[in-house]
Amino acid sequence: MLLINCPFCGPRAETEFSFGGPAVEKRPQDPKAMTDVDWVEYLTVVPNPMGPVREKWWHGRGCGQWLELSRDTVTHDILDAPQATK
Amino acid sequence: MQHYSFLSLARNALTGHKNWPEAWRSPPLKSEYDVIIIGAGGHGLATAYYLAKNHGVTNVAVLEKGWLGGGNVARNTVTIRSNYMRDESIPFYVKSVELFDGLSKDLNYNLMHSKRGMMDVVQTYPRMRDIRRRMLAMDIYGSTYEPMSVEDVRRKVPALTGGQEGSRLPLLGGMFHPDAAVNRHDAVAWGYARKADSYGVEVHQKTAVQSLMRDARGNICGVETNRGTVRAKKVAVVVSGHTTTLTDTVDLKLPLRTFNLTAFVSEPVKPFIDVVVNCPDIGVYFSQSDKGELVIGGAPDAGQSFRRDIKQHVFEDSVCALLELFPSFKKLKMLRQWGGHLDISHDATPILDQTDIPGLFVSAGWWGGYKAIPAGGYTLAHLLATGQRHDLAEPFGIERFKNLQFVSESGTTTAR
Repeated sequence: MLLINCPFCGPRAETEFSFGGPAVEKRPQDPKAMTDVDWVEYLTVVPNPMGPVREKWWHGRGCGQWLELSRDTVTHDILDAPQATK
Repeated sequence: MQHYSFLSLARNALTGHKNWPEAWRSPPLKSEYDVIIIGAGGHGLATAYYLAKNHGVTNVAVLEKGWLGGGNVARNTVTIRSNYMRDESIPFYVKSVELFDGLSKDLNYNLMHSKRGMMDVVQTYPRMRDIRRRMLAMDIYGSTYEPMSVEDVRRKVPALTGGQEGSRLPLLGGMFHPDAAVNRHDAVAWGYARKADSYGVEVHQKTAVQSLMRDARGNICGVETNRGTVRAKKVAVVVSGHTTTLTDTVDLKLPLRTFNLTAFVSEPVKPFIDVVVNCPDIGVYFSQSDKGELVIGGAPDAGQSFRRDIKQHVFEDSVCALLELFPSFKKLKMLRQWGGHLDISHDATPILDQTDIPGLFVSAGWWGGYKAIPAGGYTLAHLLATGQRHDLAEPFGIERFKNLQFVSESGTTTAR
């Protein structure tokens, strides 16, 4: 189980959180200006490394804040202090 | 290859079982093959077998990082079924069930195949509607769902004493899927390997592929392994959760993410459940193995993962949910647990196609790939040999992402 350090509540168990999916880049302002390949890649491809990934977690059974953090997919270590999403 | 039969068993019993030949050879690794299959799991070995049997392609090496049958083919719950939702998926799994049914004879290997059927336990009305819709869709393609009343469900599995009126999720009814089966995972891997080997296919264990290689024109030309370079003009990546680990080495981006799916088994008890029991509303399913253990499948971990362990709270959630329906299981002790990491595509449907890199083939996204082993191997072999996707695997092409024509299959697997 992950121990997620919520910036508002302190360290809390993973069971208080819901997984919110990968933290992807901001949606492009004008998809029509992009090539089809880049647009499809934005829509469907998420980095899948054996290593750090950026992802969102929702502290639904706590303060209700959305957090963004980076986590190692092999060790499951949380690599930086979780940040509240803007 | 020695044919296994009552006679061969008797002959070897009389000679003290000292003269059994090796089930497959361990030949030296050559520097070039016609086809390299990366991964000697169920899908990889099945592909090698059907390549040799159906298409006469035998200059084939199956390269395996670990040992034969030690990957995800041993990390699953051996459930074989065809109760899918989409027109694109159902015929494929119907074919797989059909191939599995004749496989013991085909491979001359006892797979301990038990066609015992699966019962869905329904506890919510949305699930009931969904499952009735699937019944109609499956009916078109020769897969079967038979509605069951609450009384039918309780008669079929007397241990199901929970879910009474007034409980959190009372039992509403069920659905029986007579096509479903379980069998022995080791035997599937060994049986395919032994028969493929008899056609001349080479299986190389402890041969880890480190990267893929491209020639000057960009075509695939081989692989780098811990035992040196092996060349081939056709390379198939059949490695479950590690697909992107390999395709990243040639900068190919695929819409796949790797997750860890967990399962565990109880201590062995006397036979008391003769069907696969699936409880989709509480997210848990199980069957009783020939050894008497309950083989229980639970939910996936949240977030991408390359681990093969089980998180305590995922385990506890599955057990708590199961005890609501089967309170008598409280006395059971749990023996073993495991996870398997597997990749899921953007639309939860597999990818079985040649990639943008000529000569590089991918069979991935098998979320619940055990049931798909024979048809996955059958259709990938067809693609490797002919260059054309088999009709059954036509919907699994990679171009569906480019055209944004997704085949969304979430909800019919544990990927809920």
